Amino acid sequence: MTVDAVIVGSGPGGATVADVLTRAGWSVVIVDKGRNHLLDPDDLSRPAADYSNDELKFVHRHFLGPDPIIEPRTFRTGEEEGDHSHVGEVNSIPTTVGGGGTHADGKVPRFREEDFTLRSTHGPVDGADVDDWPITYDDLEPFYAEAERSVGVAGEAGANPFAAWRSGPYPMPSGAPMYGAVLSTAAAERQGLHPYAAPTAANSVPYDGRPACNNCGFCAFFGCPIHAKGDPVAMLRRAMASGHAELLSETFVARVRSDGRRATGVEVVGPDGATRAIDARHVVIAAGAIETPRLLLLSGIDHPLVGRYLMVHFQTFAIGILPERVHGHKGRAVTHLHDDAVIVDDAARAAARAAGLPWVRGGLVEHGGPSLPVMEAKLYPWGAKHKSLMRSSPMRDRMWAFTMQGEDLAQATNRVDLDPTVRDVRGFPVARITYRPHRHEEVASAHHAPSMVRILQDMGATWTMTATSPQVGGRDHQGREDRRGAEAAVPMSRHVMGTTRMGHDPRTSVVDAYGRVHGLENVVVADSSVFVTSAGYGPTLTLVALAARAATAMVGGSAPS
Amino acid sequence: MGAARVHRGEDNGSPPGGHCYGDAGVRDGGRGDAPARGRGPRRLMPTWLTDGEYRILQAACERLIPEDESPGAVSAGVPEYIDGLLGAFLVDPPRIWAGGPTSGRHGGEAGFSRFHRLTPLDELAWRTRIEGSRGLVEREFNGPVVGLQERYRAGLQDLGAGFCDVGPGEQDERLRATAEFTALLYEHCCEGMYGAPEYGGNRDGTGWDAIGYPGDVQPRGWSDAEVAGP
Repeated sequence: MTVDAVIVGSGPGGATVADVLTRAGWSVVIVDKGRNHLLDPDDLSRPAADYSNDELKFVHRHFLGPDPIIEPRTFRTGEEEGDHSHVGEVNSIPTTVGGGGTHADGKVPRFREEDFTLRSTHGPVDGADVDDWPITYDDLEPFYAEAERSVGVAGEAGANPFAAWRSGPYPMPSGAPMYGAVLSTAAAERQGLHPYAAPTAANSVPYDGRPACNNCGFCAFFGCPIHAKGDPVAMLRRAMASGHAELLSETFVARVRSDGRRATGVEVVGPDGATRAIDARHVVIAAGAIETPRLLLLSGIDHPLVGRYLMVHFQTFAIGILPERVHGHKGRAVTHLHDDAVIVDDAARAAARAAGLPWVRGGLVEHGGPSLPVMEAKLYPWGAKHKSLMRSSPMRDRMWAFTMQGEDLAQATNRVDLDPTVRDVRGFPVARITYRPHRHEEVASAHHAPSMVRILQDMGATWTMTATSPQVGGRDHQGREDRRGAEAAVPMSRHVMGTTRMGHDPRTSVVDAYGRVHGLENVVVADSSVFVTSAGYGPTLTLVALAARAATAMVGGSAPS
Repeated sequence: MGAARVHRGEDNGSPPGGHCYGDAGVRDGGRGDAPARGRGPRRLMPTWLTDGEYRILQAACERLIPEDESPGAVSAGVPEYIDGLLGAFLVDPPRIWAGGPTSGRHGGEAGFSRFHRLTPLDELAWRTRIEGSRGLVEREFNGPVVGLQERYRAGLQDLGAGFCDVGPGEQDERLRATAEFTALLYEHCCEGMYGAPEYGGNRDGTGWDAIGYPGDVQPRGWSDAEVAGP
């Protein structure tokens, strides 16, 4: 039997494609190498009973995968380090049904207009490959709106003065602000900044047959036990309910099969270890910006740019200890953002000039973060002081943090390829990441970090610090003197983009403006691999919008209205 | 070594006896298999470590997280947590991932105490992590792996047979002298102190109570006012 499409990966991109294709009556098989803990196999309208408020399982015991023992990756900052300098976990997003959507706390901002025209708006940067996308924000806007309805996004139109134009309101109002964010947004406003309620893919009211979020607090790193987070369960539930989709979990796609001109399907390794073929008229790859190029390379689809231009977001953290407790364990982990650091203003231009760069851009700043006691405990020293530190809780209950998701410029030397020696449990070469930030990222970080510290001071913080990921200057992301050696250079953003760049010209891009691989046009990439720039925004909503646009083109449809 | 060891006396009601922590181990309360507040049965004997190793483990854990005005590692069941991890595959399903979606502490059913079954690949990963690769070809596709059991057996031995009998200052010096093992032990102490009680530590939520942390809260969650207010 030949299906209309086989979809590799059940995360936000794959789930979106499955939803659009099945709505048009296409038969699809969704293949994911992870387990299904998301959907109740007996009643797809219900959550499986597996997700829970359990820090050990989700944060310390690899429940959502990947387990680095059976699926390691390797890392190096450059070829001078040899084959690799680190083997283990490298910026991994979950390998489970639902993919990266399952562990995210669901902050889903849109990009801005200039993110699609970065080169023509701001100009080139030496040592980087700054380019324009083959599409504009206006091309994508209808799909952004569709993505917000599809996933279910709570937000407040007009609250962010720097936001791109939008054709309508958010489908839901914002949820409850966290107490710490009530304090931090007031302080940010006093500092002349423009905080706003984060567009969040967690229901603030019952929506699409799923309940409102009950603020349990186990959001970042955790699967949602009640399906209040819509990404990507909303799309998967609809696709499965259509009767046109089949979901194969614990099944690894080893190779895209092709006759040289067209793909004919995929070869998979099932849970029993047996290899078999799935015949398909189209192959959609949505395995994430590290596993997608790995699959293309394993398949011999080796356009010279496959795997190149990996972007990760350069994260800058500002952390402060407050005089009062802010109970960050109640609420959606992050409820507010500000975009001021995305804007190239006179101060940013001056900082760039002083560093010999034409311009620098930071990224959105998240107010808050997860609040988990095991993670906290591991930060403190052992011995007599441990328990008093845990009780006064400077690094959890009295801590407030800002994270800037800094724009990461594309560089051809930052790439994913196949490691020459390390294998996964099934015997296939693992992805090797070669990455080091451009000086732009470090200059932008240094320029914008002080404004985050000033907000903390305005909140009354008695102690502050800043740090980055990847680390620069000998300290890790928590500000401790770094003891991890090579690991310190490994980015931990969980935002990965850009490894099958989109463009019109097959010499400078891997896929076209609809995600179709140049020269193999029934293979479609439907994840953040296609990004040309990283922007300073989480990639999810943009990749969902792009996947919807690609899938709509596959079925010959037109943009939603 | 490792998995070949005998599973000795889980919940068999034997008195603890002979531990350098003795009754301080709080191995007296909740004896037998009656769950306390739905938090699962207590073990009365180590399941993987020997009694001698377990005594050293108790003493070492208590130095890392000592009792003060609130319970320390031993009262909180941290050694049981660690022994339970090392012996995770002595029970079926193995004690790796607690179930969901609720614990029963804030309503709902006591799903945490039903541990997940593992797929063959997950069992391979966790057996490799805990038992080491032990020369088995299916575990050595990227070379040999030293397991937690071996690291604990060697680490506890390095602390010395007389560890329980020396003073706290000397105990701390020995812990500092075995820094790599102590770092591993401390990570597990933190997990056993503040992780969900179903994994064998954080007895009756004592680790959470001491720091004013509510633990898992589904299906109750928090009201908007509780989130937004001081």
